[in-house]
Amino acid sequence: MTAAAPEPKANMGRPVPRYEAAAKVTGRATYASDMPLDNPAYAFLVTSAIAKGRIDSFDLDDARRVRGVIDIVTHENAPKLKESKLFSNGGYAGTTIQPLKSADITHDGQIIAVVIAESYEAAREAANRVKVSYTAVAPSASFDSPGTTTAAAKGQNAQFKEDPEVGDFAKAFDAAEVKLTASYETPTQHHNPMELFTTSCAWMGDELVIYEGSQYVYGLKNGVAEQLGIDADKVRVVNPYVGGGFGSRGSMTPRTAIIAGIAKRLNRPIKLVPTRDQGFTIATHRAETRHEIKLGAGRDGKLVALRHDGAEVSSRPDAYCVGGTKTTTRLYACPNVASLVSIVRADRNTPGFMRSPPEVPYLFALESAMDELAVKLNMDPVELRRINDTNVEPIGGKPYTSRSLMACFDEAAKAFGWSQRSPQPKSMSDGDWLVGYGCAATCYPTQMAPSAARVRLQRDGRTRVEIAGHEIGTGAYTVIAQTAAERLGVPLEKVAVFLGDSDLPPAPVAGGSNSTASTCSAVMMVCDRIRQRLFKAVMPSDSLTDKAKETVGISQAPSTQAAKSDRPLDIEKAFDALGVGIVEEYGEWKPEGAPLDSFTAMHSGHARLVGGHQMKDKIAYAFGAEFVEVRVNRFTHEIRCPRLVGAFAAGRIMNPRTARSQLMGGLIWGMSSALLEATEIDERNARYVNDNLADYLVPVSADVPGVEVILLSEQDDHINPAGVKGLGELANVGTNAAICNAIYHATGQRIRKLPVRLENIEV
Amino acid sequence: MRPFSYQRATDPDMALQALSAAAAANNPLTKATAQPLAGGTTLIDLMKLDVMRPAAIVDINPLARSWSAIEPGSDGLRLGALAKMSDVAAHAEIQRNYPVIANSLKLAASAQLRNMATLGGNVMQRTRCSYFRDVSYENCNKRNPGSGCAAMDGVNRVHAVLGTSDQCIATYPGDFAQALIALDAMVEITGRSGARRLPFADLHKAPGKTPDIETTLQPGELISAFSIPGRWPRSVYLKARDRQSYEFALSSAAVALDVHDGTIRDARVALGGVATVPWRAREAEALLKGQKFDDGLAQRVADAAFAEAKGRRHNGFKIALGKRVVARALQQAVTMEI
Ligand SMILES: Cc1cc2nc3c(=O)[nH]c(=O)nc-3n(C[C@H](O)[C@H](O)[C@H](O)COP(=O)(O)OP(=O)(O)OC[C@H]3O[C@@H](n4cnc5c(N)ncnc54)[C@H](O)[C@@H]3O)c2cc1C
Ligand code: SF4
Repeated sequence: MTAAAPEPKANMGRPVPRYEAAAKVTGRATYASDMPLDNPAYAFLVTSAIAKGRIDSFDLDDARRVRGVIDIVTHENAPKLKESKLFSNGGYAGTTIQPLKSADITHDGQIIAVVIAESYEAAREAANRVKVSYTAVAPSASFDSPGTTTAAAKGQNAQFKEDPEVGDFAKAFDAAEVKLTASYETPTQHHNPMELFTTSCAWMGDELVIYEGSQYVYGLKNGVAEQLGIDADKVRVVNPYVGGGFGSRGSMTPRTAIIAGIAKRLNRPIKLVPTRDQGFTIATHRAETRHEIKLGAGRDGKLVALRHDGAEVSSRPDAYCVGGTKTTTRLYACPNVASLVSIVRADRNTPGFMRSPPEVPYLFALESAMDELAVKLNMDPVELRRINDTNVEPIGGKPYTSRSLMACFDEAAKAFGWSQRSPQPKSMSDGDWLVGYGCAATCYPTQMAPSAARVRLQRDGRTRVEIAGHEIGTGAYTVIAQTAAERLGVPLEKVAVFLGDSDLPPAPVAGGSNSTASTCSAVMMVCDRIRQRLFKAVMPSDSLTDKAKETVGISQAPSTQAAKSDRPLDIEKAFDALGVGIVEEYGEWKPEGAPLDSFTAMHSGHARLVGGHQMKDKIAYAFGAEFVEVRVNRFTHEIRCPRLVGAFAAGRIMNPRTARSQLMGGLIWGMSSALLEATEIDERNARYVNDNLADYLVPVSADVPGVEVILLSEQDDHINPAGVKGLGELANVGTNAAICNAIYHATGQRIRKLPVRLENIEV
Repeated sequence: MRPFSYQRATDPDMALQALSAAAAANNPLTKATAQPLAGGTTLIDLMKLDVMRPAAIVDINPLARSWSAIEPGSDGLRLGALAKMSDVAAHAEIQRNYPVIANSLKLAASAQLRNMATLGGNVMQRTRCSYFRDVSYENCNKRNPGSGCAAMDGVNRVHAVLGTSDQCIATYPGDFAQALIALDAMVEITGRSGARRLPFADLHKAPGKTPDIETTLQPGELISAFSIPGRWPRSVYLKARDRQSYEFALSSAAVALDVHDGTIRDARVALGGVATVPWRAREAEALLKGQKFDDGLAQRVADAAFAEAKGRRHNGFKIALGKRVVARALQQAVTMEI
């Protein structure tokens, strides 16, 4: 075993290499824009240079003269498209702002024209030559701009149902022995997946194929069909590999239906490859947030009062919000809790999911405040968490299905060497560098959604698994292949997996870290049906009781590991007894508590996620603890993070190798969200300034010399058949707080606004 | 990107001819219709962004046969303009006798870029001002003379505090140029009318009223080499930046000292990341000469280097930062083992 392939502990699968590793590193893997098209035309976008106002006129003469230009589509001649509602209101779209519909401009970088040409180069050149006259209106850029409106999230966002509260916060806070009030702030961020926001559309008669990196092929298929006004059965979305999503490809963006409409009109396949900077405004982003936290505690450290108020920026038409108070009000034992989430409307594009959408900003506030409270109490921050650890969430009084938070703290603290920390701020240094240690908790809700799967087994053990899941770099192919191999008892090499195609059985959106739990539970169920058919063929039925007839071949254990200990099945013998060459099963699985319409919704591209705090009589979260070492240069004030250590418990770990890779990427991103990543906005015109990968900073290898991931063994039989909690979004939560807590320890300076840059350090 | 013609120049004459044929249009160099192509890591990027729109590209890479030599001698160093950043940074004699040069190159850009980029292209690289690089902004005096400056009251964290004008506050972004200007380098220039030599300090022009004119190089001229007099084993390049690698300086200092028996006989201080052009801090150097070093002196020198600095909304921090960087670079140079 190597560091990259950790030894499996109890309730962990084998650390087999990635299913598609060779295809990816040799360039054989075909991403959406690699798909061959028959005689395509190329599209290039023109985006607005103002954030608010109107287009008065276009001067297209110069652009039309570029050799190879076929058409220039503006609001004056764009294909007519139907509206699509926001995903949170029962639609598919990530924004209700529809470009090319009128002369109005509602945000910076809105699509205002599409140039179609015989080559990419001609389209791009012509786009550069499009001249636009605008009437600009002064926009509201963000929190502090004049002209914004603010209102409670509850009542305007259908998915934000309740501001959690319990007890009497005001009274308890008043009476608390130790009090803390502090405000925190997080910036706008962009996903910047490596794969650009490309779209190719090809019609064959009245049938449309879309090649586009998507985290939800069923959602995109149904959404585009709705906008085009055609039957969803006529639309197919294909993307066997997705070059990173991080939430940016979870809901439909306006570009897809526009390109499909133009392809139809021109009767030619069209390929769109937008630029990196256009990606900042034609898809979504993580909105900037502000928080006020009030904590009241006894001298013993026990929380008696907690209030978390959050505010998030959204667009004028859409009430998007992440509302992370659902998590921060439930993480620690506290009898008196209050909270309020507000939405601030500005002249911006509608924000959207970005890896751990609620937890990243909201736990930054809570986990920073916990550290501040520990300082006030003169208490070790780990001990403060221990004192307030709970197996029952305080709002609804429901038990956690399992919770290994303190085990994670203890393991990570040991590996990190937390005991070497001298608690006094500014007490550790090394040459030019002040050294600080910090820690924070992370958690992420366990979520599941209905999923279907089709599995086909041949006599020689060759297996084909089909499911419209998504390989966004997480290891979906690998864990699905492992599940089928283990469940059917066939060698892993014999399993072929097909994903990323909306002609396959539906799977939910690859979001909310639900994919492994949902798709593997469906695959397990379908494999069990195959085993059952085979078992029945080789067992004389009169030897079984009626009950045994129902369940023979099906593992009673919740996790795939247990399947091994079941009766071995001689596949060849069973096939001979059945007298067939292939056994195939299709099945639809839904998690406990899924709504009645789950399966119809699944087929029409609506994922009904359940889990987290929304389960009946219980609450399910994955947990972790993160420790960081931060160094602050006395002279340059540069801030570096040489060590990141995280310990995580997330139910069954399907594959320690892919799990570690996910968590490692998360830790790095978490560090990045504290020290590097921020989209700068020019307040005068509400436009993004650093919209490229040279200026939008992400870590390079030299920034992350030491990252250690510890996987804890945990078994949870109360969540889903796969026993999986999901960990894709677990590790980039809390890291930002751990970094600021470490900066405080290094410098004595508490920083409550991200990102932390060298100019924010005063030593 | 717009259509352009591409010509590969196999010898200097051919390059000069191709360049000066187009130079007739009488544009400033930055707008010349023909541009030489070296590593392309600045030029091609700016063409893709539609910021630079040359009609002709003259590929000078074949000239590397005669223009890429690295020649350390007893009385100085000569570097061909087409030498790669990575080759110069890795050269043992340069590391030993000119650490400020080796480190200014090693700490720049990324390994991939350093393998492509040349010294000539490096000193000619253009500002990273976001408004300059985004043509959807009308108002950029450097790109669009007379149109105003979007950065002045916009997002200007990376902008300059020294050498600015009311027309432009864009930072000269490179690192290597600080080493060259500190060490009194000369630039060798070849044109149709023959060769000339110029102090490197006279190559770049502060923005003043004409921020679109960045250098004194004329259209049709090429840099063929740099020569550096003397040896400077006691020299450092200190660079402060947002991440550990692959990032431009927020503030940097190139410092070279000649110390004898504890007395500073000669001192050179140049500043990066804070000025509109490669910046020599001569007033600061004057304070050092003939003195014995202590931390108080370092502080006075740093203050003198930034005496004229003017900060704006987001870049004011660079003044205090720059002073600490200068002081620390001096300490490092004084204490380094040679
Ligand atoms: C992401 C990124 C990060 C970077 N980070 C840094 C950094 O930290 N520090 C740093 O110093 N630099 C940095 N750079 C800039 C990089 O060092 C320069 O782009 C590079 O040195 C330019 O050299 P080149 O040979 O590629 O020039 P080219 O792009 O080929 O040319 C640049 C300009 O110089 C002209 N030119 C080229 N050669 C000659 C010549 N011999 N005579 C006259 N004119 C000539 C060209 O016509 C062109 O206008 C970075 C660049 C990028 C893209
Ligand atoms: S600082 Fe200079 S380059 Fe930047 S916008 Fe102003 S004029 Fe243009």
